[in-house]
Amino acid sequence: MDFSILTTNMDSFLEGLKITIIASLIALLGSFILGTLLAVMRIAPFKPLNWLGTAYVEFIRNIPVLVIVFFAYLAGNFGGMTAGTIGLTIYTAAFIAEAIRAGIMSVPRGQMEAARSTGLTYGQAMRMVILPQAIKIVIPPLGNQFINLVKNSSLLAVVAGGDLMYQGDLISAKTYVTFDTYVFVALFYLILTIPLSLGVGYLEKRLARSH
Amino acid sequence: MDFLAPFIEVYTPEHFKFLLEGFGVTLKVAAISIVLSFIIGGLIGTLRYARIPVVSQLLVLIVETIRNLPLLLIIFFTYFALPEIGIEMEITTAAIAALTVFESAMLSEIIRSGLNSIEKGQIEAGRASGLNYIQTLRYIIMPQALRRMVPPIVSQFISLLKDTSLAVVIALPDLLHNGQIIYAQKGSYVIPVFVIVALMYFIVNYALSLVARRLELKQS
Repeated sequence: MDFSILTTNMDSFLEGLKITIIASLIALLGSFILGTLLAVMRIAPFKPLNWLGTAYVEFIRNIPVLVIVFFAYLAGNFGGMTAGTIGLTIYTAAFIAEAIRAGIMSVPRGQMEAARSTGLTYGQAMRMVILPQAIKIVIPPLGNQFINLVKNSSLLAVVAGGDLMYQGDLISAKTYVTFDTYVFVALFYLILTIPLSLGVGYLEKRLARSH
Repeated sequence: MDFLAPFIEVYTPEHFKFLLEGFGVTLKVAAISIVLSFIIGGLIGTLRYARIPVVSQLLVLIVETIRNLPLLLIIFFTYFALPEIGIEMEITTAAIAALTVFESAMLSEIIRSGLNSIEKGQIEAGRASGLNYIQTLRYIIMPQALRRMVPPIVSQFISLLKDTSLAVVIALPDLLHNGQIIYAQKGSYVIPVFVIVALMYFIVNYALSLVARRLELKQS
């Protein structure tokens, strides 16, 4: 292994790592908001909203994320990082919506009826009674989606988004040392994803025991 | 009408034929990869299930490393980095190899949890009736576990069909790649091409997801 690749290009690797983390976090936040909205749409007592939510989730889940990222890049007037993050958000929201919907469905129906009969509106009951209970069940799958996001953020490289993968490509093009460069890129990804995987595994086990 | 003009220009029989050819490559690469991944993943999953000392721990390390890496990195690595140590593959082989490595790790987990879902008492019962460990796995545990694994394997195949698109970075002539060649002709072709490419992926994957859902319902 040529460790000088790592030491002389440390700034580039760290810059890429930073973009990977920022893009993943923004996409996580964005897809959490959009995903919650979609989940609520899918179970709201209003058919057209159900259809709209279902259509979004089913369509987006069944097409490749790269198609969405390219589309965001080519159809919108954005830079690589912004387009990539938007693409990741659109894609991940569909999966998070499903996780949240499953969480909401796991809260007994009677809770909604009880909340409504105390005078809360549907929106209030959802926000103050149902969602806080659903969130506990939703956290492990959300963690899994975050791991997927970190991995999928490598697609930013394809639209010159400046992330870790992209920096790795630049370094290997500059130094002509591809093998070692990619091994270091892999190690940087593992630094992010392995602790996340262990954390999610721990949460899943704890949740399984509490049921 | 201006908005519709590029759609009419793009949606010609020649372009459809070209896109379908690309989709053929997508399906072929995905099909070969899923079969190979099932064999390799099945082997890894079974070895991990059997808890053979050292081998099991080594496999955990390999599977977890691969599962926690981006597929794009594995594809780049297979095609651009491996030639540096003397392993050179042409594009389609490289795409299949990279997808197989990644999906084998994913499938091994599905297969392991499928095996784990069969009660341990069945092994004891099998052994008590005079079968050895391998026979018990083969005739008692596997047939039951395989049935439970089918829906998640179909879901994994959907992921694989989507993931195959990543091989455009090494110029695999798949559906997305052929779409790119069409929209490269003219800026206004981008939206019509993406609409039809997305629809093609959607139709096949949605049909598969309905199959997976039906199988799941049948089992529960």
